Amino acid sequence: MSEAAIIGVGHSVFGTRRDVNIPELCWESMKKALESANLEPKDIEFFVVGNLGIWSSELAVPSIMAEYADLAPKGSMRVEAACATGSAAIRVGYTAIKSGLADIVLVLGVEKMQESPNPNVIELIGRFGSYFWEFENFGLTFPGYYALHASAYMMKYGATEEDLAKVAIKAHYYGAKNPFAQFRKEIDVATVMKGPYVAWPLKLFDCSPITDGSACIILASDKKVKEMGVEEKVWILAQGVGTGTANLSKREDFTSLASARYAAEQAYKLAKIEDPAKELDGANVHDCFTIAEIMAYEDLGFCKRGEGYKLAREGQTYIGGKIPVNVDGGLKAKGHPIGATGVSMAVEAYKQLLRKADKGRQADIKNGRWLAHNIGGTGHYAYVTIYGLERR
Amino acid sequence: MEIKEAIEKMGFPIIPDEKSGAWQWFDVRELKLRYILSVEGIKKFYEGLKEGKLLATKCKCGRIFFPPQKDCPSCKKSEMEWIELKKEGVLETLTVIHVRPTSFSHYDPYAVGIAKLDDGVRILAWYRGEPKLKPGQRVKVEIVKRKEGYLTYELVPI
Ligand SMILES: [Zn+2]
Repeated sequence: MSEAAIIGVGHSVFGTRRDVNIPELCWESMKKALESANLEPKDIEFFVVGNLGIWSSELAVPSIMAEYADLAPKGSMRVEAACATGSAAIRVGYTAIKSGLADIVLVLGVEKMQESPNPNVIELIGRFGSYFWEFENFGLTFPGYYALHASAYMMKYGATEEDLAKVAIKAHYYGAKNPFAQFRKEIDVATVMKGPYVAWPLKLFDCSPITDGSACIILASDKKVKEMGVEEKVWILAQGVGTGTANLSKREDFTSLASARYAAEQAYKLAKIEDPAKELDGANVHDCFTIAEIMAYEDLGFCKRGEGYKLAREGQTYIGGKIPVNVDGGLKAKGHPIGATGVSMAVEAYKQLLRKADKGRQADIKNGRWLAHNIGGTGHYAYVTIYGLERR
Repeated sequence: MEIKEAIEKMGFPIIPDEKSGAWQWFDVRELKLRYILSVEGIKKFYEGLKEGKLLATKCKCGRIFFPPQKDCPSCKKSEMEWIELKKEGVLETLTVIHVRPTSFSHYDPYAVGIAKLDDGVRILAWYRGEPKLKPGQRVKVEIVKRKEGYLTYELVPI
């Protein structure tokens, strides 16, 4: 079975992108990915588009891009897995290569959330769980879902709102060093603490923003990597996938995401990783809300259950700490264009492992392994992907 | 600027963005969304609410479902018995929704909690009471009429 390598990446500027429409936004990252892979659109055998798109106008994004970027008549697919859409798209590309059905696959993640007014986006994003039993009847919002986890977590382990704030401060610290980030300004505890509640106990600065953006990677098989003599590449070593119940009340515990633990277990087993904090050089975790990053530390085994907030409190996830996490600004400061997020994490893994990250946010690369943890909804979907410099 | 005004001024439904000045086409085709969901399989649940009962389904194999479910994946049977839940339990988590969806904007910020009922199932509902979370907080389920005029259930501290 062939392995799959990322041989090219591209990333658009994330933020409020009123200057571009959907295909223009896609092309920003596609162009860079094609250039860095040294390929032409005609070389792409199959392409996958991760796009949730309920808030934006164009539904047939693969066709839109087939037209705009000369990809017709190649095969394609649009993929959706809520906020894990990007990783789901990578999953499709990865399996296409592993199965031998394709040798070169382009994976594009895109979201133009600001094609709808903010109130509509808030309305639509709250519907990701069990629509009927949670949203229709009780008006649960997306921050509300994570807030239910935050208050359960804080009650059980004694974490405070200031501990959560630490996650946001780190995100903005690194976001300020990332030219593609939506927020490029550092913040302090006071800023976070005086923010208004969005869903108690989560405040404005605990939440990732509404973002437009695109990210793109090009995957190649062993055969192509050899044929093209690709030097700069990053392999997908393993990917674990999990699914959680729609209705939160069907879950046993609100201090952790079972689907993420399940996905991590699979990924570690496949990549033969026993002590992730030691064997990885860093990670991108799904910090759509600050509490999500803290739970991710635990679900990924960077520390014991109940100790994630201590990693945040002690600054152990900055570069130089126990394990660097979200040194691109994370979803919180880099932005969270739903369909692009998982692909953006892959771009970051590629940059970090090949030591191409911006000044001040390049992690030390010793093991040659980077992890991406991408969650859809509140653990409704979970993808844990391990990227590496050495082929498995 | 309204769309009509934009058409008059710009000749098209185009309004330059306030911040960046970038031209934005304002869609003239507006969509209103309203779904139609079948509750035929769980209509006893609604009949129960009218009688002040909180009903769940219980399969012959013993598995209890709340929210009620018509089919049992454990034994693949669909012969459910409707049972009345005791309506008391322990609050496990809580939030207060300050930023509300537009469709809930006619309500003040509302608290949402999840409780584990003594019958073993969990329930998610609005929480009526001071929004503070403490370990072991006992709650009961009350069936109440909501603003829109129909019955729902709420968690209330005991
Ligand atoms: Zn059964």
